[in-house]
Amino acid sequence: MITFILRRLISGVVLIVVVTGVTFFLTHAASIPVAHNLLGPTASPAQVAHLNHQLGLDRPVVVQYFSWVAEAVRGNFGSSYFSSQPVGEALADRLPVTLSVVLVSLLITLVISVVLGVLAASKRGPLDFVIQAISTLSFVFPGIIIGIALVFVFSIWLHLLPAVGYTKFQDSPAGWFGSIILPAIVLAIGGIASLSAQIRGSLIDELSRDYVRTLRSRGISERSILYKHALRNASGPAFTTFSLLFISLFGAALFVEKIFALPGYGFYAFTATVQGDLPVMLGVTLFSVILVVIVNLIVDLISGWLNPKARIS
Amino acid sequence: MTTPPVPDVAVPTSKRQGALRRLLRKPLGLVSLTVLVLLVLIAILGPLYGHNPNFSTLKDINVGPGSPGHALGADQFGRDILARLLASLNVSLISGAIGAGVSTILGTVFGLIAGYTGKRTDAVTSWVFSLVMTFPALVLVLVLYPITGGSYQVMMVIFGVFLSPGTFRLVRNLVIVVRNELYVDAARVAGLSTFRILSRHVLYVIRGPLIISVAFLASTAIGVQAGLAFLGLGSTLVPSFGAMTSDAFANIYTAPVQLVWPSLTLALLTGSIVLLGNALRDVLMDVGGVAKAVKTKGRGHTSERDTATPHIEDDAPHGGLLALRNLRVSYTQPDGSERLVVRDVSLDVKIGEVVGLVGESGSGKTQTAFSVLGLLPREAHVEADLLSVGGDAISLSDPAAMRGIRGGVVAYIPQEPMSNLDPSFTIGSQLVEGLSAGMSKREAKATILALLARVGIGDPVRTFKSYPHQISGGMAQRVLIAGAVAGRPKLLIADEPTTALDVTIQAEILDLLRDLQSELGMGVLLVTHNFGVVADLCDRVIVMQAGEIVETGDVRSVFTSPKHSYTRELVGAILDENTVRSDPPPRAAGALTSEGTK
Repeated sequence: MITFILRRLISGVVLIVVVTGVTFFLTHAASIPVAHNLLGPTASPAQVAHLNHQLGLDRPVVVQYFSWVAEAVRGNFGSSYFSSQPVGEALADRLPVTLSVVLVSLLITLVISVVLGVLAASKRGPLDFVIQAISTLSFVFPGIIIGIALVFVFSIWLHLLPAVGYTKFQDSPAGWFGSIILPAIVLAIGGIASLSAQIRGSLIDELSRDYVRTLRSRGISERSILYKHALRNASGPAFTTFSLLFISLFGAALFVEKIFALPGYGFYAFTATVQGDLPVMLGVTLFSVILVVIVNLIVDLISGWLNPKARIS
Repeated sequence: MTTPPVPDVAVPTSKRQGALRRLLRKPLGLVSLTVLVLLVLIAILGPLYGHNPNFSTLKDINVGPGSPGHALGADQFGRDILARLLASLNVSLISGAIGAGVSTILGTVFGLIAGYTGKRTDAVTSWVFSLVMTFPALVLVLVLYPITGGSYQVMMVIFGVFLSPGTFRLVRNLVIVVRNELYVDAARVAGLSTFRILSRHVLYVIRGPLIISVAFLASTAIGVQAGLAFLGLGSTLVPSFGAMTSDAFANIYTAPVQLVWPSLTLALLTGSIVLLGNALRDVLMDVGGVAKAVKTKGRGHTSERDTATPHIEDDAPHGGLLALRNLRVSYTQPDGSERLVVRDVSLDVKIGEVVGLVGESGSGKTQTAFSVLGLLPREAHVEADLLSVGGDAISLSDPAAMRGIRGGVVAYIPQEPMSNLDPSFTIGSQLVEGLSAGMSKREAKATILALLARVGIGDPVRTFKSYPHQISGGMAQRVLIAGAVAGRPKLLIADEPTTALDVTIQAEILDLLRDLQSELGMGVLLVTHNFGVVADLCDRVIVMQAGEIVETGDVRSVFTSPKHSYTRELVGAILDENTVRSDPPPRAAGALTSEGTK
């Protein structure tokens, strides 16, 4: 068990090093005119050179990389070139916004997908059609269009919810919910499409297995067979999909944050990447990859726990 | 199996030939293909419209649809919306092509390599792709934006790389399946080079799923490109649905109608691609449910109804344990016709009697046995004039009543022990769950422990706590027997209970069944293809062929003077089986041999 976690952690560290390394060298090789962007078009070459020197951008890329790594492992991710705000601090400010949206949307996804998947697998018929329709719709209408449509209906037309902006949970739980529910629904539609289809498929697989017939032959109720036995065995693959969903929703959050003007990390990353704010771009990358590693580790632990074979060995 | 593997290759060929025609015959396929082709044509012919999509004039700001020179109006910079729409369509199609193209090529090439070359390469490539899959793709596309120089094409190349793991897994898994199939073996033996095997045979088989995945990848890429442009990534001189949506969104209070055009066209484009993908999937892949029924279906219409009309016992079920009259089981075929796999089967089992139900696979014997348990798949249509168990008539079409008799009145021992235990629960918890609700947990546990000891398990406590993968096949079969008799059933239905076991264990299991049968006074319906087992255990035997009973009688008379030619074949077959296996099954088989040679 401990070796399993250790192995996972090591491969996680490898992933972090590789992704941030690739990002570092690619973005630095792109020779973004950071000093120009900062000083404006009227800056003299001397001023640009001076600023580049100040920022350490005149050093060889390899040296810059190792100095970034050396600082990063000590928890110092540098400061934004433009706002001078430390990257770690800025991310810590914005993370709750994005996490609120993503987690609420995952919760919606999970509940609706399990219900739809279980009903479709056990009843078949019309619900199968509903699931197919949702998944087709989520492809036909990209998230941005669904998002805009929701803003239009609920905020502009019905005046039920605020169109844009974020209210902190501490300030007003109801306001918080109102500010994130639409973005969460937008994200959840795509999630429900893939997760409910996955749960339906695995459940149908499980329900056709021999052990289910044998359990039935002992007079065990359909309820127990469906919810206890089949769902339990189907949970492994469904859980893997769920974890991939978590990561992809984090990416998709970029778009909804823009639509709903939420001050999350997506908006932060977007501004940084347009300006060429290297420390922020790297911080965002590092943070995302760490998040992926943590999610994967948790997923592996839970799947191991779900699967007795992995649990014992 | 001596038949050449030709049909395996032939089936996909004939399927593909009509694929396009069948696609066009489906309304969904026809409409989506037409819309897509029209959109592509419009995109190609777009430049003929002659308006510069980036030309803006102050005087045309926000003019409505139908204004002179602007069929769909102009946006808040005075740019012609129709011109921008046409240019956006072009950009979207190119984005879809690049995203789907890059991911399909990468995924297919590496999927072929990983799936075909085997362990080491497979492990490494699979690991790399599983890493790529966990990358936060959109975040990286965003962060890497500066290196693209604002080109949406380069962004789509990067995004295509992140999309490739899905295709990789699809291709790799398909290749592994195909690789293990006979015709690739045959091709390899025939001395074809690896490259030719890959390109001719493997690619041929996987192209159906691949075409479908391309549709979904393209629509994903189009959606993401629109999203990135919506965020404002990319040159402002490249019109795009995303940029148009973003402009219109900013203008939502003034001219909401401007949102309609890009949204509608984008939805039309992705919609036609996705629905085309769906239609292709329906055409290229068989839609589920039928396969299983086909697998268990009867041998065909070659039944010989002529000889030896089965002896049907007295219609009154009195004194009998099981009475079944005119059972019919059928499945709906893909072409809509009904296929009878069990026709008018009637049989009886008396209290304490062991009846063998014999026939080759596909004869309908298992279908008959499962009908009595009410355990046929839901696709099956089951009807009978009478089913009575333990003196009570039960309707086959009443699932609740059928469930009521399972466990306590009728029990079942399956063929393949391992797959019949739920892998996620301990042996103990599975067995305890089957016991009737009246028992306390402790009582139930004690009962199961005693039963496990009774069926010959050395360390019941340990087995009780074990998971199925921790015990052997023979042990698992003992566990299943314990589970079957736990409810003290009156009738035990055993479906080839020893077929999947080692020969040495077969004899032990048969002994155990015989002991339990006499101990509990159960009636047993023993489904088997093995006349040796019949001779060992049964009082009476029923022979089935092609869904019908062809002969019944007590074991001795059927053995000594089989009436039906098929029975003679089956009885003859045990001689072969014994010579091949060269193991002396328990005593009765010896007796048989001498009887057979007489």
